[in-house]
Amino acid sequence: MLRDITLGQYYQADSVLHRLDPRVKLIGTIAYIIALFMCTNVWGYLAVTVFLCSIIVISKVPVKFMLKGMKAILFLIIITVCFNMFMTQGEVLVSFWRLKITKEGLIVAAKMAIRLSYLIIGSSLMTLTTTPNQLTDGLEKLLGPLKKIHMPVHEIAMMMSIALRFIPILMEETDKIMKAQMARGANFDTGNIFQKAKSLVPLLVPLFISAFRRANDLAMAMEARCYKGGESRTKMKPLKYQGRDIAGYLILVGFVAAVVATRWIP
Amino acid sequence: MSLIFNHVSHQYDPDAAIPVLALKDVNLKIEDGGFYGLIGHTGSGKSTLVQHMNGLLKPTAGEIYYEGRDICDKDFDIKSLRHEVGLVFQYPEHQLFEATVFEDVCFGPKNMGLSKKDAELRAFEALTQVGLDAEYFYASPFELSGGQKRRVAIAGVLAMKPKILILDEPTAGLDPKGRDDILNQIKKLHDEQGITIVLVSHSMEDVANYVDTIIVMNKGEVMYNDSPKNVFTHVEELEAIGLAAPSVTYIMRALSAQGFDVDLTATTTREAADTIINALSDRM
Repeated sequence: MLRDITLGQYYQADSVLHRLDPRVKLIGTIAYIIALFMCTNVWGYLAVTVFLCSIIVISKVPVKFMLKGMKAILFLIIITVCFNMFMTQGEVLVSFWRLKITKEGLIVAAKMAIRLSYLIIGSSLMTLTTTPNQLTDGLEKLLGPLKKIHMPVHEIAMMMSIALRFIPILMEETDKIMKAQMARGANFDTGNIFQKAKSLVPLLVPLFISAFRRANDLAMAMEARCYKGGESRTKMKPLKYQGRDIAGYLILVGFVAAVVATRWIP
Repeated sequence: MSLIFNHVSHQYDPDAAIPVLALKDVNLKIEDGGFYGLIGHTGSGKSTLVQHMNGLLKPTAGEIYYEGRDICDKDFDIKSLRHEVGLVFQYPEHQLFEATVFEDVCFGPKNMGLSKKDAELRAFEALTQVGLDAEYFYASPFELSGGQKRRVAIAGVLAMKPKILILDEPTAGLDPKGRDDILNQIKKLHDEQGITIVLVSHSMEDVANYVDTIIVMNKGEVMYNDSPKNVFTHVEELEAIGLAAPSVTYIMRALSAQGFDVDLTATTTREAADTIINALSDRM
C-alpha cells in the first residue's frame, strides 16, 4: 500500500516536460489548480481535461503510474463524494432510511471527485517530471524576493528537498521493519481498529528512531563538508529561461484564459 | 523434517518490461540439524531466498515445502511457520522498540499467544543463551552497545524457540571480537539445542570454520551446494563471481606450488596447521 504513493516520486524519461524550467512547472501547477477550481460548467471541465490529457501525453509518463497514485487517495475521494451526495439539499432522487440522494448533491459530488482526482494527477505530474533538486531550486528562485523581508528561503528550500529525498528511503525502511516484526509473529492486518493501532507501535518506534538517526547522520555529513546555506552560496546549474520556457508560459496564459472564458458560455 | 525448495523463482516486479528474476529455479533442501552457510555477492539473491524460507515472500513460480506441506496452500498456517523458522534480519538491532530489553524479547513469544509467565521464562532463557549480562535485562535497548543490541535482537527471535534459525549477515558492522562471540554463540545453539542454522554472509572466512554445507548464490541461482572442502576447490570460479576462498585455502595453494605436500582441501586454521606440520615432518 505504501508503495502506491507516487506523489513526490520522480519518473525518469526524456520529454519536453522533463526539460522545462522547474519555475514554469511550479507556476504552471498553481495556475492549473486555480483554473481547475474556476470551472463552472461542462466546457470548463472539458478544457481542463484536454489540457491534462495533452500534458500527460507530452510527459511520456505511463498513465498506470498516475493511477497508482490515485489509489492512495481513493478513500478520501469516496468520503468526499458520500458527504456531498447525502448532505446537499435539493430535489430528492432516491431516499432510503434517513438518507436522501439529491440531484444537486450528485452534481456537486461528481464535480468534487473530478476536481480532487485532477488535482492529484496534475500535481503528481509535476513531481514525476521534476527531480526534487530541480523542484527546490525552482522554489528557491521563485521565493527569492522574500529574502528581503528576512524569510529563510534557502533553508526552507533545503528542508523541502531533504524531506522529499527521504520519502522513498523511509518507505523502504518501513517495509524492512514491517518484515522484521512479521518474522517475530507481529500481525498488522487483523483485529479491530484499536488492536491495529496498537500493532503499529513495533513499527513506528523503530521507524522514528531510524529517521532521527538518519537526520543526525545527514547533518553531520553536511557539516563535515562545510555546508553553509544562504548568502554567497552559488549554484552548479543556475536556472535560466530558454525559448521553450517562454512558450510554456504563453501556453499557460492561454489555458487559464480559455478556462476563464468558459465561465461566460451558458 | 526439512524445508524443501522445488524450482523456486521470484520476480519482484511482475509488471516490469524487462523481467528480472531475483531467484532463478532454486532447488534446495534444508535438512534438520544442519549448519548451512549461504554465500553470495551483494545482490545475488541471498536475502530474497531467506525471506522465502519463512513465507515473507512468496515464490512467483515453484513450491516450498515445510515438513512436507506446501507453504503457499490456503490452509497452511503461515504464522506457525514463522514461529518455527526464525529469521534474524540484517542489522536486527533496528527493530527494537520496547522500553526494556526484557520486554522486547517477550514480543515474539507473546505474539505466539503464550501467557505472560511463559513468555518471560522464554525471554530469560533466550537472553541467557545469547550471553547478555543480566545487569542489562532491564536497561533500555537504546542504551546498549551495537554488539549487545544485536544479541538482544537475536534473542528476540530465539525466544520463539525456532527449529530453524536463519541469520542474515549477523556479523555485519561488528568488531572482530564481537563477530567471533556471535558466531560462537550460534555454533553453541546448533551443537547444544540441535537448532538448524542458516548463516547468510558474503565472507567465506566467517562461515568456513562453522558450517557443514555451503550454498553459493550467483545472480539468483544456486551455483554450488556442497561441503566447504568441495566448494573451496573452485577458487577461480568463486573469484569470478566476486567471492574469495578463505585465506587458508590460498596459503595451502601457495605452499603446494612451492612443492610442499599439503592437503589442499584444508579449510579451517586447525586443519591447516595439522597438514603443514605433517608436510614439514615428511621433509625432515
